[in-house]
Amino acid sequence: MAFDKMELRDIEVWDGNFAAAQALRQCQIDVVAAYPITPSTPIVEGYAKFLSDNYIEGEFVMVESEHAAMSGCIGAAAAGGRVATATSSQGFALMVETLYQASGMRLPIVLNVVNRALASPLNVNGDHSDMYLGRDSGWIQFDSYCPQDAYDLNFIAFRVSEDHDIRLPAMVHQDGFMTSHTAQGVTTLSDDVAYNFVGDYKPMNDMLDFEHPVTHGVQTEEDWHFEHKARQHNDLMTKVIPKIEEVFKDFEKLSGRKYNIVEEYETKDADVCVVCMGSSVETAREVAGEMRAKGIKAGVVGIRVIRPFPFEQIRDALKDIKAIATLDRSSPNGAAGMLFNEVAGSLFNTDTKALLSGYVYGLGGRDLTKVHLSDLFTELQANVDAGKVTTPLQQFIGVRGPKLSYL
Amino acid sequence: MAKKGWDEFEIGAMLRSFDGKIDDIAGTRQENRDYSESNSYTASVADWRLIKPVFNKDYCIDCQFCWVYCPDVSIISRDKKMIGVDMDHCKGCGICVEVCPTNPKSLLMFPEQADEEAEIASWPTKDEEK
Repeated sequence: MAFDKMELRDIEVWDGNFAAAQALRQCQIDVVAAYPITPSTPIVEGYAKFLSDNYIEGEFVMVESEHAAMSGCIGAAAAGGRVATATSSQGFALMVETLYQASGMRLPIVLNVVNRALASPLNVNGDHSDMYLGRDSGWIQFDSYCPQDAYDLNFIAFRVSEDHDIRLPAMVHQDGFMTSHTAQGVTTLSDDVAYNFVGDYKPMNDMLDFEHPVTHGVQTEEDWHFEHKARQHNDLMTKVIPKIEEVFKDFEKLSGRKYNIVEEYETKDADVCVVCMGSSVETAREVAGEMRAKGIKAGVVGIRVIRPFPFEQIRDALKDIKAIATLDRSSPNGAAGMLFNEVAGSLFNTDTKALLSGYVYGLGGRDLTKVHLSDLFTELQANVDAGKVTTPLQQFIGVRGPKLSYL
Repeated sequence: MAKKGWDEFEIGAMLRSFDGKIDDIAGTRQENRDYSESNSYTASVADWRLIKPVFNKDYCIDCQFCWVYCPDVSIISRDKKMIGVDMDHCKGCGICVEVCPTNPKSLLMFPEQADEEAEIASWPTKDEEK
């Protein structure tokens, strides 16, 4: 190989950004087209540094916007390369138009999204507004709770995304600053082991195959468009989750680290449960443990794969829970909240008698404290005891001023 | 083109230019190429055209300007001799007429329904002011 390998310790102290950058190095990405934005900047900066230090054989394309960054990635992926980039917030919003192109063209790009609030008012801190903005774009969305997840899920994302039965782009999400800039111990894979897990890139319908010329990004009108979108939806609904489960199993065999479509914590005998994402999952688990010491049987369901949404896994995980709270870290701006809606949709038409309430929290990087979660579990237990939801269906946690609640 | 169901075509917004593998496509004339059904060569877009170019070979010097500039590869030229216009793919943009250097021009635009022989018979004469 024409590039150098890096000796890693078994456990390195990395933040989420550096963990993702190291994963991109170990996957030997051919092309990164990027327009850096806080808090995801160190991911593409890290790739560029590894490239200039001869740890990667690839190309770094510095472009003039995030729209151009994803456009460059689409071109490189259609040409037949392994492609990745990273973005956040406003950059993600500018990228949205091209996200739909990438998924419709069935190009296996991996996008690291370091979740950050959307203006206005301008804010650089972590919430899930950008992640929610991508949820109808036809991409697979993985969610990390900590730097270790950000590292591991990159390898998993490439394996799933590039599989010829799948060929759909994937986002790996991590929380801005709470994960991206918080250094923790990350158990590493050696360069060879990591690369072999992902494997050599296998092109499909690539434009650099001159013996089989193809046109990518064609136009279809009412006579063909629906069929293309239907096929994409079908593959997301039927093929992706089984493939992710298969890759999770392979990854567990390799690393000993087990990932699940939904991450259940103490749900088996739980009466009350919160459903959440990102770094909040770890906080919720800790508080759930403490609630049990106080006699409240609390559990946590963390969503690992946001799209395709794991309806069956959610239904199974929550089937015996008596009171459920969904935690949405994005302002629904006139609706009930994505997790509330999806969980309600999963449980509707089942035999569950669960009481479901929704909470909006943590906008613009506002902390979700253990006290917040302790109060929340207590409120859920009160719902169980009363046999009905005793609060409005939607409440805000941690916002100053008179209490906000709706529905 | 046959209207297939959602499960009957290749994934992606992708179309193949040719059926099977190609070899020396630059050295193969269009009529001998194995174009796929989805290639635009097999589709006529003549109905996009409101005005059409008429070619008068009496004045043509085979400079190939029209062949070089045509955005739709619709000028048919063989052995560097201008033969005519591919009326299935010409959209009537008039660029060939614009770039034609002869006096009078060897290509002129006429309404789509104009009679070609009649227009050639009444072709403009040399413009002395040029």
